[in-house]
Parts: sequence; C-alpha cells; structure tokens
Amino acid sequence: MSSLAATVQNIFDEPGCAKNASKSEAERRKGCTRQLQPGSAAGGCAFDGAKVALQPFTDVAHLVHGPIACEGNSWDNRGAASSGSDLWRTAFTTDLSETDIVFGGEKRLCKAIKEIIEKYDPPAIFVYQTCIPAMIGDDINAVCKAASQRFSKPVIPINSPGFVGSKNLGNKLAGEALLDYVIGTREPDYTTPYDINLIGEYNLSGELWQVKPLLDELGVRILCCISGDGKYREVASSHRARAAMLVCSKSMVNVARKMEQRYGIPFFEGSFYGIQDSSESLRQLARLLVERGAPTDLLGRTEAVIAREEARAWAAIEPYKPRFEGKKALLMTGGVKSWSVVAALQEAGLELVGTSVKKSTREDKERIKELMGQDAHMIEDMTAREMYKMLKDAKADIMLSGGKSQFVALKAAVPWLDINQERCHAYMGYVGTVKLVEEIDKSLSSPMWEQLRRPAPWEALAKEREQMQSPMAAIACDPALAETARRARKICVCKSVDLGTIEDAIYVHGLRSVAAVREHTNAGGGCCRRRIEDMFVSEPSDMRQAAE
Amino acid sequence: MALVTAPTKACAVNPLKMSQPIGAAYAFMGLRGAMPLLHGSQGCTSFGLTLFVRHFKEAIPLQTTAMSEVATVLGGYENLEQAILNIYNRTKPKIIGICSTGVTETNGDDVDAYLKLIRSNHPQLAKLPLVYVSTPDFKGAFQDGWEKAVARMVEVLVDRPSANGLWYPSKVNVLPGCHLTPGDLDELRVLLEDFGLCPSFLPDLAGSLDGHIPEEFTSTTIGGIDVDEIASMGRAGWTIAIGAQMKRAAEVMQAKTGVPFRVFERLCGLHPNDEFMMFLSEISGRPIPLKYRRQRSQLADAMLDAHFHIGGRKVAIGAEPDLLFDLSGMLHDMGAQVTVAVTTTQSEVIERIRTKEVLIGDLEDLEGLAKRKRCDLLITHSHGRQAAARLKVPFYRTGFPMFDRLGAGHQLSVGYRGTRNLIFDIANLVIAHREENDGPTPDRWRTAAGSPRRSGYRSSTGAAESSTV
Repeated sequence: MSSLAATVQNIFDEPGCAKNASKSEAERRKGCTRQLQPGSAAGGCAFDGAKVALQPFTDVAHLVHGPIACEGNSWDNRGAASSGSDLWRTAFTTDLSETDIVFGGEKRLCKAIKEIIEKYDPPAIFVYQTCIPAMIGDDINAVCKAASQRFSKPVIPINSPGFVGSKNLGNKLAGEALLDYVIGTREPDYTTPYDINLIGEYNLSGELWQVKPLLDELGVRILCCISGDGKYREVASSHRARAAMLVCSKSMVNVARKMEQRYGIPFFEGSFYGIQDSSESLRQLARLLVERGAPTDLLGRTEAVIAREEARAWAAIEPYKPRFEGKKALLMTGGVKSWSVVAALQEAGLELVGTSVKKSTREDKERIKELMGQDAHMIEDMTAREMYKMLKDAKADIMLSGGKSQFVALKAAVPWLDINQERCHAYMGYVGTVKLVEEIDKSLSSPMWEQLRRPAPWEALAKEREQMQSPMAAIACDPALAETARRARKICVCKSVDLGTIEDAIYVHGLRSVAAVREHTNAGGGCCRRRIEDMFVSEPSDMRQAAE
Repeated sequence: MALVTAPTKACAVNPLKMSQPIGAAYAFMGLRGAMPLLHGSQGCTSFGLTLFVRHFKEAIPLQTTAMSEVATVLGGYENLEQAILNIYNRTKPKIIGICSTGVTETNGDDVDAYLKLIRSNHPQLAKLPLVYVSTPDFKGAFQDGWEKAVARMVEVLVDRPSANGLWYPSKVNVLPGCHLTPGDLDELRVLLEDFGLCPSFLPDLAGSLDGHIPEEFTSTTIGGIDVDEIASMGRAGWTIAIGAQMKRAAEVMQAKTGVPFRVFERLCGLHPNDEFMMFLSEISGRPIPLKYRRQRSQLADAMLDAHFHIGGRKVAIGAEPDLLFDLSGMLHDMGAQVTVAVTTTQSEVIERIRTKEVLIGDLEDLEGLAKRKRCDLLITHSHGRQAAARLKVPFYRTGFPMFDRLGAGHQLSVGYRGTRNLIFDIANLVIAHREENDGPTPDRWRTAAGSPRRSGYRSSTGAAESSTV
C-alpha cells in the first residue's frame, strides 16, 4: 500500500466524521468509496479540493506540478481576500510537456522550485501533485525533501492528485499535509491566553474581517486561520492556540480533531452565518478559552458584545420583515452553509421551501431538522431540470445557491443570490447577515422580474389568435353558450354549486372572502376553498361581463 | 518578420495558456443539442466548466468520464461506455463530442477502438454521432484543441456529395476561429445575408452561447448548428475560413467535398475588411450594399478620431496566435507600436506579426517585458488584471477568459462596424486613464524629462486634441 493510499484510508476512518461514525464496522472499512457516475458527475477533483483549502494562505507560493490544464484553466478563480501578500494569486505551474512525461518531470519540478525561490523568495512553497506526474511516478515527496534541504526553506508536498477522489477528499488530504509537514514546526513570537485557531475558514470576499473586529474588541487573537488570509508562519505555530473553532466541518474535521489529539487544543463546530449562530460561536469561543485558563471576565464581556451586536442587527433587519412576509426561498448549497443560512433566512422572516443537503453531514441535517421542523424538505440531489420546473411553477420566490446552478433560476426569471465562493458580498457575522437580507430584498423587489416574466407582445398576440380558434373562444363570443357553460361547471362538487351562481353572488354582493361566499350561496368552501379563492383573484371586469 | 522564441523557464508563472481539451469542448458547444465529454478525471471538466460559466455567464453543458485512479490503471473503456450511455439516457443529445485529456492520453486509451466496441455492444447508439478528438493537455493550447475539433467534425459529420447531388452556389460555409465571439458570428451572418448569401457556421456559438433565454430547459447546448446542416455543407459554393487556425478544417472540407475555400486571417481593420467585402461581392455577384459603404466611411472617421490616442502607444499584447495576429495588425495599422507580443502556441502567422519578437510564454513574461520596455497599453484576457494593476497602465480585456466584465460574448472585432467599436473602446480606455492619472500640473514637465519620447508624444497628443476638438 503506497503512502497516499494509506493516508486516504486513514481519512476515511475519521472518527470526527459524523457520517463515518454512523456506519457499521464493515462499511467503515470500505471507506467513502462511493464511485462517481461517469457522464453525470459534477464537482471538482481531489487536487481542486486541496488547492481550494490551502490557496488562501497568502504568502505561500503554490506550485502545481502538472500539465497546463490543472493550473492554466483554474487560477485566480477564488474570491478569498488577503490583508498582505498577493503571492497566493500568482499562478505557478510546471506546465508539463510531452517530453517531461516521457522522461519524468522531477527535474523540471526541482528547477521550478529554484526559479520561484530566486524570483519571489516566499516563506514556503506548497507543491501540488496532479494525476499525470502521479501516473508516471514522479516522487514529489522526495523532490520536496531534497529542495527543502538544498534551499533551507520549507517546500511542502501536497499529495492529492485529482483522480484519487472528490474535492472533499482533497480538502482533507490538504489538511493531512499541514499536519504532517507544517503545524508545529515553529514557535509563535509570544502567546496569550486568548489565542485561537479558526479551521476551515477561507475569508471569501474578506468576510472574516466582519467578525475579526469583534474578536479584537474582546482581546481574542486569531493565532492562525486555516486558511483564509493565513500566513505560513502562523499555521506553522498554530499548535500553541488555546482553543479552536471548526468553521467548515466538511472540509477540515481531521485537522481540528488531530490538533486536539496532538496538542490538546479543544475545538467546537460553529458558524458565523446568521445572528444566533454568530452569538453562539462567540459564546463557545469564550467558554473554551476560559476553560483553558483565560480570565473569567471574558464571558461577561462577550455577552455584552453579543447583546449590543444582536440589538443592532435586529434593528437593521426589522424593516425588511414585512417585505419578506409570505416569500419563499429555495436553498441549494452544501455543507455548513445549509443550516447556518437556514437560520439566517428565518431570522429575516423568509419561509424556506427546501434546502439541499448533498454535502451536509448527519449533524448538519439534524440541525436543519431542528430549524425547519421534522418535515423539512431536504433535497439530496436535484437535477437542473427539476430545479427549473420547481422555480418556473413559482414554488419559490428566490433561490440561493452557488454559481453553477444560477442560470437555472435566472433563466426561469426567478431572483437568485450567490452564496458560494464566487460571490462578491460578504455575508459573515452580524453585519453580513444584515447585508444578506439587504441583498435578498434588493433582488426580490426589483421591478425587472415582472417585466421579464411578461411574454413578448407578439407572443401574447399569437396566443390570442390561437384562442380565437379554440372552443373557449366560441363560448366567449356567444353569451347564451357562455351562460350554459357557466352553469354547467361545478365549483363546489359536494353541494353541487356551479360557477355561475358563485360568480353572480360575488359580483352582486361584492364578496371578498370564502366565508362570505358560503353565506350567500350553498357552497361548502371546504375542498373547493382554493377554487373560490382563485375567483377573487381574477379581474372584476371579467366577472362583471360574466354576470351580465 | 518577427523572431519567435520559445520559453526556457521550468516554471510557468501566471499562465496565458489554457488546455487543448477545453478548446475542443468549446467547439462542440457550437453544435445544437450537443454534449461535450472530457475523457479524464472529473477535475478536468470541473475547471473547464467553471471557466466557461464565468466567461459567458451561461449554463454550460460539459460532462466527464470521471476517471478514478483505479479506472486509470484498468483503462478507460468502462468509464467511457458508462458516460456515453448515461448521457444518452439522461439528456438525449443529438451529438456527443469526446475529447481526451492528459490522463487518458498518458494512459494510452485507444478511444477510436473503444467507440467501435461501444457501438457494437449498444445498437441503440447506432444513429448517435460520436465525434472523438485527441487533445492531450500536455501539448498545444486552447486554440489547437478548437482547430482539431472542427477539422474532426468536418471529417466525420460532412457528407460526401453524391455525383448527381444538388449544389447551391449561394450557400456558404463559414469556419470561424475560436477568437471570434458569438457577437462576431452574428455580425458576419448579417453581413453575408446582405449579399444574398446563405451562411452555415461551423461551429455556431452564436446560437448557443449568445446569452438568450431558451423556451425549454435542456442540459445539452441550447442552439448552434444542426448535425443535418453540417452534413449538407458539402453542397456549398464556398468555404470561408476565418483565422489561420481554420485552414486545416477548410482543407479537409475541400478534400472531402471539393468545395473551394479562402482563408481570411484577419477581419479586424480597414484593409482586411475591404478584401473580405470584395470577395463577397465577387462570389455573390452583387455590388457592396450601401450600408457597408457607409460603415467603411464610419470606420475611416473613427480611425481619424482615435489615432491621436492609439497612435504611438507602446502596446503589450498577450493572446492566442490568431487573435494576436488580428489585433496587433489592426493596432499597427493605427500607428501603435506592438512592443511586446506573447502567445500560447506555435502557428504559421506569428512570425508575420508586425513586431520584433514574439514569445511563446506566460503573463509573467508579458508583464516583465512590458515593464522593461515601458509599454503604456496592455491587452490580454482577464488574467492580466493583476499585471495591469501593478504596471498602472490602461488594460483592454479581450479573448478567453473574460470573467470579470460582462458582455464577453458580445464583444465585437469583425467587420467595419466591429473594428470601429473596438477602436473606440481602446481609445476611450486610454483617454480615461490619462484623465485619471496624467492630468497636467505646473511641475509635470520636470518629471517627464526623464523619458523624453513619452513626454513628447503626450504633449503632441494634447496639442492635436485641442486643435481638433
């Protein structure tokens, strides 16, 4: 068994993974080997996952050892933000050619590392393995080891070639590389009782900076964020933190658990999406720190900050609540976001008609159930066509998802909001929740939708012309025929009341409710309630015509 | 004659290049009801997909055979078979375009043989066209993938004309290079129709990626040229190939069907369009429509107005060979100096680019050279944004990908009108940049003394501008 295969096996056996814990012994041994369906697969590969997880380390040079496709097609496509170096946005690749594949790419890799050090002199280089060099047997571990010694600079192998599995596996393999080669290799300049690690937080759109001021105010120091706006030095000395918060549980649970095991850093799973979740996370952080020896006044100070921020956020959201009344949202996203955003949306008064749980763990699903009730509509896997139909039939007023499914919503002329990595707004923390609500409102209340849903005028004309030839048109032209048709169509089947009777009653008495109709006619208003309600909606002028 | 130099670096930094398979997949997206399929690991597809989605802001059909490590060891037959059957059953495509990747090429999968076997095992696929292109990631670039895919389409999908078959002199085949946008294709379509010609575009991205709202939701392409229409291309009077990359496909077409072809290497600029118009007039037997005489005059006027701003500029361009050749030619004609030219792959046109040296390289090279040679206009795809910010020069985005601006699919460069718009866009960028950064101050003449050529050029621009305005 090669060492990569062993690592993968090890990851599949993750005790911190809720999904894994619920499996039987035999199942667990099989690992998460759910095969991808050729021809109907979506999502990235293990290399993609590893790169996504580590690229937000801003001062590291990320070198991709592979052909042009792996880096050339994908670089600079994440919205993470940096407070310092821009090196992480520079793409480095060995751009393997046919000759390299015949003769092996190790020499080229070694030269590439040398070039990067000469030109950019980064504090460390991460070398990512891809499928082709893995196939031809390039030993990046050996090259990195030799290069580290030769240049006395950390050169870290990230062994996660695309074909070993999914993006999520890649996230974890990246975590393993950090545990094996980086974490614990340096000491921080100083430590405080308030040092924490954030694990699995990527600072997309700089949203971490919406939470950081609150931590600063409490005196809590982010010793290291893995990996949003992280720096090599910070992650190398992150083993000295007092507590950790696991932000995206799907991607880095192995890192949090092993750091707890090796360095005794307790962690909890939390989220900064939504008001209540943000408060809960701050509380937990404070509690863990105090348990590890921080002065107990931290708890009180945290509560004060929470109370202040919550009050502000609620006040900012309040005006939107009436605007969102009766509006329904469909949420299509993975992992931690599904339950944390559910809470955020409900806080704003939106009704959720469904949420995807494709990437969620069992715990995530439990949380969703808690929030949405037992009959929560959890969507395991929905094809684009089903999604389109659901939106077209107006089962939802707005869809929130990642970029890939946006056109399903937009082409159905339904408002859509990006809540994945390509988004341009930061939704984290109290400020972010308010921003999310603002964005939803902006999208929902846009006058554009109404215009777009209206068919082109010639299409309306064509439809009319079609109707002229239909039996309906014949009825409309002949009052006697219309009257018989009206009398023939039963609205209340139970008590045998026809359309004409009810329409006349509504018009003559100006009725506006089902109860009123029940009073004036024989109609039951039980199973026919919906049909009667629909009649209130139709144009009064139509009804008048019909009545006359 | 430009000197063409190849890279000597081991590490490409900030690649300009993208891979062959997605170039080939892009070509298949111009076919109606098509599903491009990359035979490789799922990441190969996912990266390409994200790139196209960000560029076009459209849903993109692109599938994968999802090769795992084990499948790679055992060979890709089963994955390919399953992928084709899955796509066939789920999305009912009219055609599947299969592109190999680095993984399956290194492995040595014999896809042609696999396809034969799949067809014989699954008779229901008998009528489904399966077009396979070999596009290893470790060779060539995006443009090569497109070139190969279109040549293969002609080889496989165009019918050989029968001896007594009908022939339509007014029917014209257009083989557009990958540097043309859906907007360009629409512009050309109108243009040809105005000459009474009836064009068939292969591939026709204007139908599928022009950003329209389809009636029905489909997971295959929502438009493009029909497979039946491709079959009948052998009956056309002429084939027009746009960009040197399309010469091969045009030759295949001629060899197979006898349809004569003409390659237009450039369609941006006054002179190239004059030639194009004369050709259309010749093959259609019609005079140049009044509309285009006016458009020519408008372009000439635009060139007059814009040459103050574009003329004398030192331009650094990074683009795929045909786009580079076209744009640098137009800018050279406007009086700009093409100081730095970087491209992605070999092509016969690059040594004819009007510059001293063309480098097959990356954006690090482009940025470094532009800085050293003091270029004051940068033209490349969106990945040039970091370089532009560091260089502090005006930056015109063109080519693929263009993910940080809207309307990539409608950016025009062909025809008199397209050239006119392009010239205005570039000139406006230059003007805006000057207003924001180089406003005159009482002391400016002192600091400008260091680079006399530039300051001389700037002041003459100012003088000329004030005299015309």
